Amino acid sequence: MSEHMKLYEVFIRSRRGLDHKHVGSLHAEDSAQALEYARDVYTRRSEGVSIWVVNSSDIVASQEGDCESFYDPLDDKPYRHATHYQLPDEVNNM
Amino acid sequence: MTTEHTGQHAVPVEERFQARIDAEEKIEPKDWMPEKYRQNLIRQISQHAHSEVIGMQPEGNWITRAPSLHRKCILLAKVQDEGGHGLYLYSAAETLGASREEMNQALHDGRAKYASIFNYPALTWADIGAIGWLVDGAAIVNQVSLQRTSYGPYARGMVRICKEESFHQRQGYHIMMTLARGTEEQKAMAQDSLNRFWWPSLMMFGPHDAESAHSAQSMKWKIKRQSNDELRQKYVDQSVKQAEVIGLTIPDPDLKWNEQRGHYDFGEIDWEEFNRVVGGDGPCNRQRLAHHVKAHEDGQWVRDAITAYEGKKRQRKDRQAA
Repeated sequence: MSEHMKLYEVFIRSRRGLDHKHVGSLHAEDSAQALEYARDVYTRRSEGVSIWVVNSSDIVASQEGDCESFYDPLDDKPYRHATHYQLPDEVNNM
Repeated sequence: MTTEHTGQHAVPVEERFQARIDAEEKIEPKDWMPEKYRQNLIRQISQHAHSEVIGMQPEGNWITRAPSLHRKCILLAKVQDEGGHGLYLYSAAETLGASREEMNQALHDGRAKYASIFNYPALTWADIGAIGWLVDGAAIVNQVSLQRTSYGPYARGMVRICKEESFHQRQGYHIMMTLARGTEEQKAMAQDSLNRFWWPSLMMFGPHDAESAHSAQSMKWKIKRQSNDELRQKYVDQSVKQAEVIGLTIPDPDLKWNEQRGHYDFGEIDWEEFNRVVGGDGPCNRQRLAHHVKAHEDGQWVRDAITAYEGKKRQRKDRQAA
């Protein structure tokens, strides 16, 4: 069956104000059906107030194996962190 | 009037919208919202985004002249962050249906504003310290409050931005502290910079509450959570101590602790100067805008190349499919 049905990734917003979070995936014929399936499978216990479904094939992902070279330019910059700056105790809550 | 049926009662959507806000719930992109709420948010968020991007100019001006490689790295990282903040904010505005091109055009036409503070020049290295400490400090007071704004994407953007701003303020304060502990000349440079940036920093919070054009409605819709004057007071209260610790003097003879209020009293802002700079006649208004227009126009060939490449790819795909 999965040969004929597309794979969808499902994202759920648990509460207004929060980001949608990835919760899993499912097969469906089209996006409307994917939304209904997602409702049936992933929100049976009021897990969410909003669902996003996205074609899995539309997701472009970085590869963890490439991690070192991909993130290399970011790792040697401790000065991007607030804690890098030593300030007097009286004003250290800045 | 548009109504939505909830159970047996038909509740007007506008009432439901306000009820949601009153209950401290966030409004999300696909929700119904009053057109004026949408417009008000687009105005405020895009203005905020423009401020981040225009703010890169006075600081960018010092990257090549930072006094050490370490300070240069820090300043580069900070200016890079500001560009990122602009992106978060433009994206939040785009969820309301505003396009990047429209927002950019509004800035170039002078219809959209940005924080007036960036119309003041960064004349000395100490100004880079003052911008981080005072200007980012004022921005943080405002942005911490906006983490509770009623529009979800804006609130979430603020959370992300506030996390990064702490580094900005601390590096600025660190520059000021280092200068203040240096030679007499260096200390004088730090004091001079505080003298020039103090009042424009207070102006960043906008007009007094009674004179603020958008305030009342924005508070009702919880786009703004605290008034201009409240936020300004909070900023003054925290800054006094910070200046004291490094031995600098805030240039306001009326500044003094008010035991009764539990706050510092401070002098009146020069509103004539405020209006002049907001109105386009600050020291650098024309230069800032001209630079932004030029950078945008200079980048046209890149956008053209991307479009051409996308077109080619699409053609190739169509040919393969045929």
